[in-house]
Amino acid sequence: MNGIIDLSLLQVAAAYIFIVILMVILKVKGIAREKEVLIASIRMTLQLILVGYVLVYLFESMNPFLTILVLLIMESFAIYNIFQRANRPLNKALKQVVALSMLLGTLSSLLFFLFVVIQISPWYDPQYFIPIAGMLIGNSMTGISLGINRLLDGMTEQKYRVESALMLGASPKQAAKEVVDSAFDSAILPTINSMMGMGIVFLPGMMTGQILSGVSPVTAIAYQIAIMLGILGSVSLTVIIFVQLGSQSFFNERDQLKTD
Amino acid sequence: MFTFENVRYKNILRISDLTIHEKEITCIVGESGSGKTTLLRMLNHLISPDKGSIAFRGEDLLTLDPISLRRRVVMLPQAPVIFKGSLEDNLTIGLKFSEKPLPAESTLKKVMQRVKLKKELREDAENLSGGEKQRLALGRILLMEPEVLLLDEPSSALDDDTESLIIKTFVDYAKNNEKTLVMVTHSKSLAKNFGDRILEVKGGSVYEWDH
Repeated sequence: MNGIIDLSLLQVAAAYIFIVILMVILKVKGIAREKEVLIASIRMTLQLILVGYVLVYLFESMNPFLTILVLLIMESFAIYNIFQRANRPLNKALKQVVALSMLLGTLSSLLFFLFVVIQISPWYDPQYFIPIAGMLIGNSMTGISLGINRLLDGMTEQKYRVESALMLGASPKQAAKEVVDSAFDSAILPTINSMMGMGIVFLPGMMTGQILSGVSPVTAIAYQIAIMLGILGSVSLTVIIFVQLGSQSFFNERDQLKTD
Repeated sequence: MFTFENVRYKNILRISDLTIHEKEITCIVGESGSGKTTLLRMLNHLISPDKGSIAFRGEDLLTLDPISLRRRVVMLPQAPVIFKGSLEDNLTIGLKFSEKPLPAESTLKKVMQRVKLKKELREDAENLSGGEKQRLALGRILLMEPEVLLLDEPSSALDDDTESLIIKTFVDYAKNNEKTLVMVTHSKSLAKNFGDRILEVKGGSVYEWDH
């Protein structure tokens, strides 16, 4: 293996040449998106620099409370982000279901992954805990965001069909099955598609990062396979809990469709 | 069979006293928007009254299990609903919901004949016309053999020729099998021809017609 090429500040700055090229193209073509591109680039840079320092601090301090605190911040941000991204207003019951399914789904997958698959020690080692939690929570957040929109649209657009099933004596679970299945599909498909193309169409980010930083490709691939299975597990679990409980929140205790 | 006592539902219905008798054909008439469908939905327990009580065979609906109740008191909505799958899937979906054994193909074909549907059981139900979908939905209910059949304008999607034929099939079925049939209809002549009893919903109240 060759040694790792450390990137100097100047080299990183050189990568900004791509942004300059893009800005020139936008200007010539008259596409008014320069402001967004600039803001996004600067935001990304600042956020990553900041998170870099935070991670260095966390890794050095090795404090279990700090690890837990970061985990809680990530969960809260993900849940808040799901609320923001829903294309219809969410009622209180559905918000609670989102929070519950995110916490249950991601935490159980995370614990299994860290303690059974990787077997980290000490249990709060931030070098493993935080990036893996980030990947599981981030992907589950995207899954629920996709699922929630399909569930809300489905329960609104197919209200008549759901109610017709109730008229025939279907349980709320049976009546909402088509909507629930379609919400689950839309939530899980991006993860499945990304697994299908992995290694052929593209090299996944985590693996590329590890290889670039000098880890043997075999180790990097082993990690990537494990994390992809972890992501699939976390997304599926989170979304299953969400669609099951979420669809039930449209019915009252007398198994009638709620009117609000 | 059903007894209403001082029932109020939003600004739509105010029923101080009403009984729907067992093994009778009850037709409900009234102008559109008068609350006929709301009345039917209350019998199927899709909605509960804001005030007052509705009893089924002497028991308050609120004390009964809603799902088992709806399997005994089945409702057909005005616009036919087709579920994913073939005609067979659609005919048997009510039985599947209630986890009852599925009938033999010959029974399914008999039901298809009864509702005048000349189609293959394996055909995709989405390809049917509006009237055919309505007849398929009617067949679905016949197959479930519930104690009470609630039909909301069952003939609205049917042409004139099939309309009275299909209604007659249902009325005969109910009479021969001692079922209770409650039917909302826009047609007063249909109600007069087939109803043992006619109720009119007007101004939120229910009146009985002499005929």
